[in-house]
Amino acid sequence: MEILFASAVGVLTAAGIYLILRKRTFPVILGLSLLSYAVNVFLFATGRLMINAPPVLNKYAEVAYTDPLPQALVLTAIVISFGMTAVVVMIALGAYLSAKDDHIDMIEDADGAGDDA
Amino acid sequence: MSLFLIAALPFLGALFPALLIRAGRNAAAASAGFTTFLAFVGLLLNAPAVLRGEVIQARLDWLPGLGLNTNFFLDGLGLLFAGLILGIGLLIILYARFYLSREDPMGQFYTYLLLFQGAMVGIVLSDNILLLLVFWELTSLSSFLLIGYWKHLPEGRQGARMALAVTGSGGLAMIAGMLILGHIVGSYDLTVILQHKELIQASPLYLPALILILIGAFTKSAQFPFHFWLPHAMAAPTPVSAYLHSATMVKAGLFLMARMWPVLAGTPEWFYIVATTGLITMVLGAVIALFKDDLKALLAFSTVSHLGLITMLLGFGTKIAAVAAVFHIINHATFKAALFMSAGIIDHETHTRDIKRLGGLRFLMPITFTIALIACLSMAGLPPFNGFLSKEMMLEEAFHTSWMGSPYFIPGLAVFAALFSAAYSFRYIVHVFLGPKRHDYPAHPHDPGTGLWLAPAFLVFLVIAIGIGSNHIVGPLVSVAAGAVIGGELPYFSLKLWHGFTPALWMSLAAVTGGLLLLWLHPRLSKMWNAAPRPEAKVIFDSLLGTLTRASRGVTDALHNGSITRYSAIMVAFTIAISLYAYQSGVASEATRAVQQAGALPVIGWICLVSATGFIVLNHRNRLLALVLIGVVGLIVSLSFNYLSAPDLALTQISVEVVTIILMLLALNFLPKETPVESPLAIRARDAVIAIVAGTGVGGLIYALMTRDFSAPSISEFHLANSYKGGGGTNVVNVILVDFRGYDTFGEIIVLGIAALVIYALTEAILGSKVRAYLLNRKPDSPQDGDPHPLMMVVATRVMMPLALMVAAYIFFRGHNLPGGGFIAGLIAAIAMLMQYMASGFSWAAERQKVYYHGIIGSGVLIAAATGMGAWLAGQPFLTSAFGYLHWAPLEEFEWATAALFDLGVFLAVVGAVMLTLESLARLAWQPGMNSEHAMDINPARDDAAKLKEEV
Repeated sequence: MEILFASAVGVLTAAGIYLILRKRTFPVILGLSLLSYAVNVFLFATGRLMINAPPVLNKYAEVAYTDPLPQALVLTAIVISFGMTAVVVMIALGAYLSAKDDHIDMIEDADGAGDDA
Repeated sequence: MSLFLIAALPFLGALFPALLIRAGRNAAAASAGFTTFLAFVGLLLNAPAVLRGEVIQARLDWLPGLGLNTNFFLDGLGLLFAGLILGIGLLIILYARFYLSREDPMGQFYTYLLLFQGAMVGIVLSDNILLLLVFWELTSLSSFLLIGYWKHLPEGRQGARMALAVTGSGGLAMIAGMLILGHIVGSYDLTVILQHKELIQASPLYLPALILILIGAFTKSAQFPFHFWLPHAMAAPTPVSAYLHSATMVKAGLFLMARMWPVLAGTPEWFYIVATTGLITMVLGAVIALFKDDLKALLAFSTVSHLGLITMLLGFGTKIAAVAAVFHIINHATFKAALFMSAGIIDHETHTRDIKRLGGLRFLMPITFTIALIACLSMAGLPPFNGFLSKEMMLEEAFHTSWMGSPYFIPGLAVFAALFSAAYSFRYIVHVFLGPKRHDYPAHPHDPGTGLWLAPAFLVFLVIAIGIGSNHIVGPLVSVAAGAVIGGELPYFSLKLWHGFTPALWMSLAAVTGGLLLLWLHPRLSKMWNAAPRPEAKVIFDSLLGTLTRASRGVTDALHNGSITRYSAIMVAFTIAISLYAYQSGVASEATRAVQQAGALPVIGWICLVSATGFIVLNHRNRLLALVLIGVVGLIVSLSFNYLSAPDLALTQISVEVVTIILMLLALNFLPKETPVESPLAIRARDAVIAIVAGTGVGGLIYALMTRDFSAPSISEFHLANSYKGGGGTNVVNVILVDFRGYDTFGEIIVLGIAALVIYALTEAILGSKVRAYLLNRKPDSPQDGDPHPLMMVVATRVMMPLALMVAAYIFFRGHNLPGGGFIAGLIAAIAMLMQYMASGFSWAAERQKVYYHGIIGSGVLIAAATGMGAWLAGQPFLTSAFGYLHWAPLEEFEWATAALFDLGVFLAVVGAVMLTLESLARLAWQPGMNSEHAMDINPARDDAAKLKEEV
């Protein structure tokens, strides 16, 4: 199972990075989402994988529990990555609406931008 | 009065003028004067003890781990300087009230002035060199504001920038020097450092520390070759020049040298660096001053020269020279501040500072003439004024000092400088006040009102009083101040006019005679001076700065070409490179955990995930399809969390997934639906290689991690063991979030709230720009649904709303003991509301939304904070939770926990943030005519019959 899990993380990472290296906003946002999944799942897995051992205490029996700490960390990370994605989406949208262009690079403007600095 | 209060008063007082300016200029000036007066009185209350030889201390640990403590102490030197700063500050506040015109923003002026004053007082009272450095930088910043006060003048702006660049970079050097010094001694407390002379001077780091500290002091005190900023700073209003450039800021460097004198002075390095620099500065300043036609420029270079004089005295390293330096600091402050003020008066009344256009003013401005005459004669070093006394002492010391074995070098140059000093002092009198009355003044000159001449008049009164009764008036102050500088036994000295026919007297006499001669020769010399080529400091400075700017811009442009793609690629490649290095050089332990057998379920999930991800990469140009596939990935991730014993994560992931997809759909509505092919195949192949290598690395890393045990015991055991006992909950993840790591969660919800507010602000900015017109007239770029609000969906969502909210409440309340909690409940509640927006339309939902989402975010954060602060009432640290059990018949026993209240804050913040984000995006799509009258086309409560009849 570890092999499946690790390879899935690798695939998500690779896909995320490939999309982040595209030139338009939307694929980059998709790439960021995939990378967030990869990072969250990675962090989660640092607690090692366990099946049927949720970290909910059982008052009646001695059972095994998986590591709760990475879970708490990842839970907030998931929510924060929503906030991050939302801000990036908004910036991309604002840029597109203002400039009618969804390129993420600004090489064309580099000459003009330096003058008023 | 406590030293803390004295140091804090100017800063507190800085608030008032800015606020009180609405009540008039007198109110602003009075408030500034009052706080300064209070601080001055506070200082005087401490004076008797200091004059008895005590050292007053006030200590407060701030960051003891870094050695940074808020320690103040007041000894003789501190008393002298603080007295100068606050006393002359009072006079300047009075003078500025009448000097500044109606157009000048006076509230701002006094605020800046008090900020500066506070920073200066902080420097002279600090007993910790790190604290001192903080105040030191503050003086650079506040003096920048003061010098550039007349923002409309380009000279003012340039002068301010130059002063900041020079003194600021000197300050940086000094930080390094002070850190070295603290490192040598092992303490950053000044009183400790001052007791380790041998240790410091024996250290191999002594010379670097000395040079770095001296660079800081020299730049601040305008010593050669950093002297050029001071004359350019004269673009400031005259009260600023009088305050900063005669009495305070430029003396900060001298103060520092005097303060460090006991541990740094006395070595040949100190003598040759400090005394030589001071000597050169003294001569250079005096010579240039004679040929300046601008009154303030003349005074500026004369200040440079006098600062050089004091520096040289400190550089001699003998005790009696230090006494002379301290004495001259007092004398220079009195006569030079008076002279600056008199120059300001002349400028104010005649509208010119050009000596060539002045002359004969003694008849027109008798009071100003008297003030300037006395101050000038003191500056020239004539008896019975105070300048004579300290100049005699300086010449006496110079006479006894030999330089590189030559006994004539220093005395000769000292007389030479004194000669020029006398000459420019006489010139100030003769060319401005004496001579025939002229008829071509730019304005008709007359003496100013009392408010303007009172302050300089008081200063020249001191000039005379100190000159005649020096031993009684300033003798004790000079003794304690010099005692603090020397840090040991005071040598015998006597501050009196007549010492007999000493060599100094002859030197003085030569200087005064020569000065008169020079003045007589001035017209001819001036012509020669103007014809001679001289290096212009400003041109050199500007070209140096220009070169640096170009160089840094060149480097920046080469590194940053604006391509974010390139930055990302470099970042990933770099990360891969250092990871490879770590992999090569590190040693991986053997795998200790067995690989678990995977059942059918994980394999199916893996196939779904990998194929969905592959399809996304292959089909990312079809944006809608890619978005749908991302949903599949999110779903599998969520299911994996559930499978791998993380029910909380599964719940969070799936609800976040819903809102994220809605968010992206909303955005995609405006964006192009297709991504064109742009990168050539080679680039895509390159990116694919980078991505695959990185993916392999990450996958390999986590595989290695998962097949090994923890190398150290995990802290998770603590959480598992204490979750129920200490936190009162059995869901350990939730207890960690709201209890063990509650502070982190508190930060999280604040960040989330900020993100939502940023999005709201961006939306407002977009809607406020011309994009709004485009948005309002935008035509959909794909065919639209016939019915935007289908009946089935509207009915279904409305029925589901209470159910969904019920689920949210259930999830919320069980969160402490079973999977759930504020984060998940908040997301579910937000989804419940989102359904209404989607089904019934934005306008319909927005009309029914009575509470602003901003307020919900804010109340969430406030509730969480209030819960945390509640712990203070019980005497516990922030966010300590409490819980207990209640038993109300006939209900079952149930638990209460303050953590639930904290979780409520989390819940509200999440609901508010999610809703504000999505609502902001949705507002962009609003167009007139979209407000359908009824969200549902068929509504039994509505009587359409009457309306239909009308239309027919």
